Amino acid sequence: MSSLTQEYITEQLQSKFGESIQSMEMLHDFLTITVEKNSLKPLMKFLHDDETLNFHFLTTLCGLHFPDEAAQFGMMYQLHNMPANCRIRIKSFTNDSEPVFETMSDIWPAANWQERETHDFYGYRFHGHPDMRRILNMDSLVGWPMRKEFPLEDPFRGDKDDKMFGR
Amino acid sequence: MSENNQKLDGFEGPGFLATSLDKAVGMARKNSIWPLPFATSCCGIEFMATMASTYDFGRFGSERLSFSPRQADLLMVMGTISKKMGPVLRQVYEQMAEPKWVIAVGACASTGGIFDTYSVLQGIDRIIPVDVYVPGCPPRPEQIIDGVLKIQELVQNESLRRRNSPEYQELLASYGIE
Repeated sequence: MSSLTQEYITEQLQSKFGESIQSMEMLHDFLTITVEKNSLKPLMKFLHDDETLNFHFLTTLCGLHFPDEAAQFGMMYQLHNMPANCRIRIKSFTNDSEPVFETMSDIWPAANWQERETHDFYGYRFHGHPDMRRILNMDSLVGWPMRKEFPLEDPFRGDKDDKMFGR
Repeated sequence: MSENNQKLDGFEGPGFLATSLDKAVGMARKNSIWPLPFATSCCGIEFMATMASTYDFGRFGSERLSFSPRQADLLMVMGTISKKMGPVLRQVYEQMAEPKWVIAVGACASTGGIFDTYSVLQGIDRIIPVDVYVPGCPPRPEQIIDGVLKIQELVQNESLRRRNSPEYQELLASYGIE
């Protein structure tokens, strides 16, 4: 059983970041917290540095794109406290057309390549990142493939005749 | 000797054969092709079966794989080539010495296959010239062998001067290869 209870985490975060937390909810068995973008970095640092919370492991991070929402671009982080076997998910959204998030690579070095991947596919920039360039796609690619408006099909393919494909 | 080894035209007697030089060279080249396997996905697994004892690619004079492009005669591209991999494949092709042949094994190498997407090269013939296409997803070892036998036919019947011909120079120029 987890020695770190959900009540304790929510209490701690409410007292430190109360006004900037937009929502806290259990999604299945996963505590999910949405926070204002400006408070994201301090909140993450607190989760990492606090001796009781001790979220020392960054499981994953990725970008989010909900084109129909007002704040359409987001980031999602999953953290793990292994001694207490406790996981937590943090989300943050922005409506900037060119989103810039603070880097987490100085807290968790594992964030370095994952933030590069997020930059590669969503076009976000990460302030303070040591090496902000594409990692998986070719350098000459124009656009950000995981954004919803990006066409999945290869737009330069010559053999796709609309007559043949019925479009 | 493989089954498709046609008899060479020439003057034949007990223990000797007199023929023209390019036919003799063609026969020698045909039965000693060194392939370079450029295997990136499941077609590469089929190629491993092709090389193993049941299908035994070595029967056709290609026992020895070359893992350096500089000593290879035949570039066998087997698998999905992403656009990021494209320049690498092209460099490997450019490093091979003439005469050289290319076989595209499988749907992905030939056309991009099911991966009709921004990140995948829609057929390797967009960056390098291809001699033989093998269909299949992935093709069975028999099909790969059939493709290589087609390459052998090309090798045998190719004139020694073809690589200097204006048509060949034009073909390479159309790919931007010197």
